[in-house]
Amino acid sequence: MPAVDLSHSRADEEFRAEARAWLAAHVPRTPLPSLETAEGFAAHRAWEAELAADRWSVVSWPKRYGGRDAGLLRWLVFEEEYWAAGAPGRVGQNGISLLAPTLFDHGTQEQRARVLPPMATGEAVWAQAWSEPEAGSDLASLTSRAVRTDGGWLLRGQKTWSSRAAFADRAFGLFRSDPDAPKPHQGLTYLMFDLRAPGVTVRPIGRLDGKPAFAELFLDDVFVPDEDVIGEPGRGWRIAMSTAGDERGLTLRSPGRFLASAHRLVALWRARGCPEHARARVADAVVGARAYQLFTYAAASRSLEGEELGPESSTNKVFWSELDLALHETALDLLGPEGERADTDWSEGYVFSLAGPLYAGTNEIQRDIIAERLLGLPKGRR
Amino acid sequence: MRFLLDAEQRAFTGSLHAMLSAAGTPAVIRDWSRGDPARGRALWSRIAEAGVFGLAVPEDHGGLGRHPVELALAFVELGRHAVPGPLVETVAAAVLLQDLPSAKRFLPGLVAGTDLATVATPLGHALTTTPAPTEPAPDTGPPPTAPTRDPDPARPRLAADTAAARYLAPGPDRAPGTDPAAPQLALDADAATLRLVLTADGLRVATAAAGPPRRSLDPARRLTPLTPDGELLTPDPPRERALTWARLAIAAQALGVGLALLDRTVAYVRQRTQFGVPIGSFQAVRHRLADARTALEFARPLVLGAAVSPRPADVAAAKLMACEAAYTTARAALQLHGAIGYTAEYDLSLWLTKARALRTAWGTPEECREAVLDDALKGHDAPRRPAGPVGEAGP
Repeated sequence: MPAVDLSHSRADEEFRAEARAWLAAHVPRTPLPSLETAEGFAAHRAWEAELAADRWSVVSWPKRYGGRDAGLLRWLVFEEEYWAAGAPGRVGQNGISLLAPTLFDHGTQEQRARVLPPMATGEAVWAQAWSEPEAGSDLASLTSRAVRTDGGWLLRGQKTWSSRAAFADRAFGLFRSDPDAPKPHQGLTYLMFDLRAPGVTVRPIGRLDGKPAFAELFLDDVFVPDEDVIGEPGRGWRIAMSTAGDERGLTLRSPGRFLASAHRLVALWRARGCPEHARARVADAVVGARAYQLFTYAAASRSLEGEELGPESSTNKVFWSELDLALHETALDLLGPEGERADTDWSEGYVFSLAGPLYAGTNEIQRDIIAERLLGLPKGRR
Repeated sequence: MRFLLDAEQRAFTGSLHAMLSAAGTPAVIRDWSRGDPARGRALWSRIAEAGVFGLAVPEDHGGLGRHPVELALAFVELGRHAVPGPLVETVAAAVLLQDLPSAKRFLPGLVAGTDLATVATPLGHALTTTPAPTEPAPDTGPPPTAPTRDPDPARPRLAADTAAARYLAPGPDRAPGTDPAAPQLALDADAATLRLVLTADGLRVATAAAGPPRRSLDPARRLTPLTPDGELLTPDPPRERALTWARLAIAAQALGVGLALLDRTVAYVRQRTQFGVPIGSFQAVRHRLADARTALEFARPLVLGAAVSPRPADVAAAKLMACEAAYTTARAALQLHGAIGYTAEYDLSLWLTKARALRTAWGTPEECREAVLDDALKGHDAPRRPAGPVGEAGP
């Protein structure tokens, strides 16, 4: 067995050089408008198309769907280059990192061929539809229905906190197809639906800074054909949980983005004269980003040797969300009174980082998972 | 890229863990704390037989060649079992001595475990404050030069003027308020058979302890004053390299201390019941331990990564984070054990007190951060494209 080795292969370094050169030539000179606005959403969608034209939008996917067949390590290299280049946020992230892995594992050939290519180009942008007004951390208690009808299902109920839904095209989520199933996580079905289908009402919700980053979805007998059911009806919970593992785990937040943010934070600290009050926090951000990178390389190495990653993805999610928040808070403090402005280079990232401990399973839920499944503590009162 | 231990490395740590478990270290530690090193010396010999000290020594001096990864793995186990004695100092001594003509006088005994070495580092070295440029630079202006300390002509020239090198700079860098003539303290110099002192003129031998040990908050650490009254071994010891190895070893040791504290506390909260249920079922308890686990889980790859490429900044980062994680875990362990954890009699105390002591040994958190920032600022000599906001696009 080979010894511990932290260097990338020559082929991966060549890939890095190719990505770096492409990004240097294509990344917009000035940042795009916020993707949580109509104008910014369109600009980010166009950027996805530009990435896709040269096969950079979904490097880890198979070539026939627009990717480059890049393995996990090569994907990590791409992400390091992507964020270091100051490239725009990814408007297609929900589809690419949550729905696509589900389709690869549980979808049909027909679904993959139909859904993935327009996802890769940004032509179809996807929103997630997990939470409901009464089902958040306790997702399995959801009550939105999928009712059997000729050739498909009728969706009824309400979803909320649906990220990107204000401007997106389609959505995926869980619906209760068998209300008589004995346990809450049974009788759920995983479906994809069109946000512009008859019966769908999208009500955008302003996040903390007022931008419509998510939305409520009202579903009134929305028809979904059978071809848009993923996996077997009634088995949606297990399928969704495999997606949730990806979400918390390796693929949602790559180390590259935090390395880039830490690099920018050091630059800001230096530009402000290296003030003493922020020294420790700047250093901790640098160290935290490096720790997250190395943790991810270790996890990727295990994954490549066939190990399941499992509940340690919960430590991962707690770590990166707190790192991201601390890093942005430090930046705002370094900006001084200017830090309260909503139009600095750090404002949008700060507002976004505030949501990190909340989404993809709150950090409290993650700590429960760590306690139970990693530490073996008895099931607790919540 | 393969950032995983191989089967041989796992077997090595497994066998060390088994040997140290069987040794019953708490009784050894308590003897050592009282100044009775007999059982500690016996354990030391077995650790040497397992090859641990040879991992920092080249083969032509009887060692196994330099193997920082295996050394780090061994120190995780030494920390996990709270093994007493000048472990880190013996590694530092081996690195300080290995290029000297006199190396063959010393190194074989260190490798074999017949000799224990300690090293007195400059006492109360200066707190590492980097002066800020007097004029704040505008965001878009030309980058200022990286801030450095003013060179002090009285200080001997060091191989590299880095935060790590400055740490071991003697004399003028001492913290204000410390007595430059005070004897330097060395860990367990009463039990050590080779006593070294890093001084302004180089590396010297101390012929004997210069007084009784001072008490440490960790009773197993006997801080003994030394005066450099012996032979000058070299005027130009490899201070920075020794510090890098010492920090790597202590980072790994701290990680092991933290892992043991977590294991013991998890076991305790599973069996301790109140209100009719195990206290480990209460969310306040569970979440505190989940945070300790997360901190340790992210310190571990930093330690292993620093061992793979022992750059001073990476080793400093590992030392910082491993010691912080161990101390966070110690605080959780004390809190969750309640009053029993606050007693010297209960064995948990052997790890609790060590987590505190290791935090400042061989570099305080601030000194480690300075090494990290020195390195990070270097990355800004050729700034890359100014980035737009990183954010958005989450679920």
